[in-house]
Amino acid sequence: MSHFEPWTRERAAAIIAEFAGTKGATMPILHEIQHAFGFVPEAAIPMIADALNLSRAEVYGTVTFYHEFRHELPGRHVVRLCRAEACQSMGGDALAERAEKRLGIKLGETTPDRRVTLEPIYCLGLCATAPSAQVDDRMVGRLTESKLDAILTEAQS
Amino acid sequence: MTIRIYVPIDVAALAVGADEVVSAIQTEALKRGLPVEIVRNGSRGMLWLEPLVEVETPKGRVAFGPVEDTDVPTLFDAGFHEGKGGHKLHIGLTDEHPYLKKQQRLTFARCGITDPRSLEAYKALGGYKGLEKAISIGSEATVEEVFASGLRGRGGAGFPTGIKWRTVAAAKADQKYIVINADEGDSGTFSDRMIMEGDPFVLIEGMTIAGIGVGATYGYVYTRSEYPHAIKAMNDAIAIARKAGLLGKGVAGSKYDFDMEVRMGAGAYVCGEETSLLESLEGKRGLVRAKPPLPALVGAFGKPTVINNVMSMASVPIILSEGGKYYADFGMGRSRGTMPVQLAGNLKYGGLVEIAFGCTLGSLVYDFGGGTLSGRPERAVQVGGPLGAYVPVHQWDTLFDYEAFTAIGAGVGHGGIVLFDDTVNLLKMARFAMEFCAVESCGKCTPCRIGSTRGKETFDKIAAGINVEKNLAIIEDLCQTMRLGSLCALGGMTPFPVESAIKHFPEDFGRKPTLQAAE
Repeated sequence: MSHFEPWTRERAAAIIAEFAGTKGATMPILHEIQHAFGFVPEAAIPMIADALNLSRAEVYGTVTFYHEFRHELPGRHVVRLCRAEACQSMGGDALAERAEKRLGIKLGETTPDRRVTLEPIYCLGLCATAPSAQVDDRMVGRLTESKLDAILTEAQS
Repeated sequence: MTIRIYVPIDVAALAVGADEVVSAIQTEALKRGLPVEIVRNGSRGMLWLEPLVEVETPKGRVAFGPVEDTDVPTLFDAGFHEGKGGHKLHIGLTDEHPYLKKQQRLTFARCGITDPRSLEAYKALGGYKGLEKAISIGSEATVEEVFASGLRGRGGAGFPTGIKWRTVAAAKADQKYIVINADEGDSGTFSDRMIMEGDPFVLIEGMTIAGIGVGATYGYVYTRSEYPHAIKAMNDAIAIARKAGLLGKGVAGSKYDFDMEVRMGAGAYVCGEETSLLESLEGKRGLVRAKPPLPALVGAFGKPTVINNVMSMASVPIILSEGGKYYADFGMGRSRGTMPVQLAGNLKYGGLVEIAFGCTLGSLVYDFGGGTLSGRPERAVQVGGPLGAYVPVHQWDTLFDYEAFTAIGAGVGHGGIVLFDDTVNLLKMARFAMEFCAVESCGKCTPCRIGSTRGKETFDKIAAGINVEKNLAIIEDLCQTMRLGSLCALGGMTPFPVESAIKHFPEDFGRKPTLQAAE
């Protein structure tokens, strides 16, 4: 079960058309594509290139430059743990290790049952209530072992 | 009489349960038959107290915090809705709190007080007076007012904003742009996020003033994707301002046109570098551009562009409404005005402290921050994010000032201070600085791309005890090459955390500790 739409050219074309006339439309289009499909399917790249009068290489270059753009569907839930300095000062390293151990995967990986993707993130701007995490669209501050365990249990169920 | 209760909508409050507190208050008030109006304000910046709930009383707003949803029934029992002080979470009058009273809030004057989506509240507290002034005095005088304020770029580089504006104003072009760098990627910083979420109109007003000053008619706020709440708040405020005639054709009934939009980054730290940001805005890989040409002359889409940090631009409205001199009267030396300092990490009282330049680093860490949250001895602060130096305790008498920090081999950066206790391993942090640079390097220049990768590998050898002195010499060499040979601050400033860690904390690198007197 995915809360994303299945890929169709028609839907992608409609998204691209929304940005006709927008200056520097590549990034806004890629964000919308990913928002709809959960990742940026390769088939979208030549469509974007055609619409914006760019080469495929240019669009591919943009997609691959940014950490945020995905090349495949993420797990059903995405858990991101902040790994930046402020969170490290509050024990973020140990929490990341704990999450890896519990899920049996490394940061950047998805569980084999495709339920949880675990990712590092570098700063959510919640540095005074560190350590922080993001669970799908929800931000979590003052993360503790027990809060983390509850998040992972919920995400895995 | 309706009881007015404030619960912040700032994501720092949401992340610790503000929405749950709101539901609990609504449920409890309904149960007790009390008429309650809940206002979702920005954050006051006392983040250790979030969610900070305030109740309006004839004497002023009374604060309670940090409130959890389970505290709400007992708060009502104790009469918190009448401002009574019996509950253990009672703090007192918010405005009398020493953390706020000791600050000089110019840029953050409204943040946390008002509903960020209320244009009326913004205007009631002096909002749009700066724009009015700019319209009445005209373009040239507007730029000169900013010049007179002595405002320097709050993003980290500290370049005088007035000079930047003058350059763009003097450029001839059919189109000019105002671009806001809201790609606040430094760990330990959140002031841009807070102002966008808590007082978005101040940024819109500042940009509009800038547009009038330099002759730009369109603006972009390039915001990192990690800030969805800020993006939403800005988009809402832009729509409200546009509807009120404060954006669009003939802004506020004047002869000037100005409109704007928000653009979202995609998780690349290097896009906080202004030329990389411009590339990204144009839809390309965020590769750093060589300068010259300056963005002021060839910027967004090849046109003359003012690129300012959120904090710089959010300081513009008060500079216009109160005058450049008023702003310049705060601060010291060549650091004029106030700096929104962000206290973060292992601190008891983390939060936003806007204060005139010139206080000591130690006063920020101790008097405001209250030392470590863990209760262990303080060991170092990193000032200015991943490219900022680690400053040891014996240097905390340094004044918070651009030049004073440069003199000790550090930088003020974007004003983020992250405190570490004595469990920190500076070898690990130095390695992290190299690793972060390697991950985030745009790849255009070799010193940054390769230097950081080799740096990380070399630190792994040092950590394993292999040829420590020889490898530290290699690190020193790499740092010099990166500092002198990199195209932008990412490679150029990664040596700051690395070299400061080695210099001040040699014992973490297998060397003998230096005596402090030798400094």
